[in-house]
Amino acid sequence: MPNCYTIIRVKFDQWFAAQAEAAGVELFCGVTVREVIRKDGRICGIKTSDGDELEARVVLACDGANSLLAQKAGFIDELKPVEVALGAKEVIALDAKVIEDRFQLNPGEGSAMELFGSVTMGMLGYAFIYTNKDSISLGVGCRLSDYQAKGLRPSDHLELVKQHPFIKKMISGGKTLEYSSHLIPEGGYKSMPPLYADGFLVAGDAAQMTNPPYREGSNMAMTAGRLAGETVIEAKKKGDFSAATLSVYAAKLKASYVLSDMEDIKDLEEAVASVPDFLQAYPKLACDLAHLRFAADGVPKRQHLKDAIKRVRAHGLLRIAKDLWPLRKVAI
Amino acid sequence: MKPEPKVDMTVEAKLGTLEWKKAPESHISLRDSSPQAPCVAKCQDKPCAAVCPAKVYEWEAAHQKIVVNYENCIECGACRMLCPYDNIICDWPIGGMGVKYKYG
Repeated sequence: MPNCYTIIRVKFDQWFAAQAEAAGVELFCGVTVREVIRKDGRICGIKTSDGDELEARVVLACDGANSLLAQKAGFIDELKPVEVALGAKEVIALDAKVIEDRFQLNPGEGSAMELFGSVTMGMLGYAFIYTNKDSISLGVGCRLSDYQAKGLRPSDHLELVKQHPFIKKMISGGKTLEYSSHLIPEGGYKSMPPLYADGFLVAGDAAQMTNPPYREGSNMAMTAGRLAGETVIEAKKKGDFSAATLSVYAAKLKASYVLSDMEDIKDLEEAVASVPDFLQAYPKLACDLAHLRFAADGVPKRQHLKDAIKRVRAHGLLRIAKDLWPLRKVAI
Repeated sequence: MKPEPKVDMTVEAKLGTLEWKKAPESHISLRDSSPQAPCVAKCQDKPCAAVCPAKVYEWEAAHQKIVVNYENCIECGACRMLCPYDNIICDWPIGGMGVKYKYG
């Protein structure tokens, strides 16, 4: 049984929107929401880029990482460069057969992997590669403040990643179909805006709902959207759209995996970032140990073991324990 | 400012894989674009020009100003946070305009 899927967002989003329409939702595409409108201090609708006003009993801001709506409504401040990751990605065309061979897959199976270590050049982040049916997605994502400090363009970083011998083989002969770039809110639990107010709810990236170590976000947004919908249905039954009634949304999120997972990883990024060479030193140590483990170099194994212990000790056992302790939350 | 690294596929070539529906007006503006703007007087590193993944921002040394190629924008929004002087206003393009991803 598959335990997760890769999707092409443009296709998936259109399919998903069609499901919502089939359930009775009315979609207005091709308009940009500029701001919320208020009556007596209370949010009561939105204003579009065409100047039209749409009244609503509840406005649900799910306008992504750049939630200008939540910002303009005064619920969040502008994000800081340490709170977001900037990702750059390419979708690279390859024959399904070639992908299956390279990634050792049966037809219909897929593969996803992350690359930590030298590929991020000391920045907080990782490179990723995942297979689609007849293409692969290759990308990098690092903390925006790290790109800022390095003065490195993510598109150029992606080119450097492509030079890695492992990646080079995986994408060989592929043609880039599309380049894209996106912000990922990674401030997490501590950076979340208030989730509800009178006539207002926030969901998805707009509310920082991502789980970077598990590559999750879209699923959390969909769950939050459903819970927000259920909350509004209950509010409508009561005929009350006040913050007190809409607070049920936060309770529902707390009872779901969305907020419990976010709570579990709330200190993780900070802990990793507090050890400057974490993402360099530990991947290197793992590689060094694996190299020793598989070395057939005429050296007795007991010497390899001594070397291995020496390398680990060089880091300091206490320091390793302290550094790795926060990772226990993402061990499974 | 640092020189651009040598790469196989430049950002311009990558942008060549994309399509846009061009908006008649820019959705990006600088709060201060005068000769006294922080871009000219204070900002040494110009992270907008160095990091923007679509090369929307370019420092024109000859004219001592930041040029905004809003048509290139792929709407990541990073520039708002990148600018150390909070000098960039980047809203969404008007409805239906801007970058058109085929895969996303």
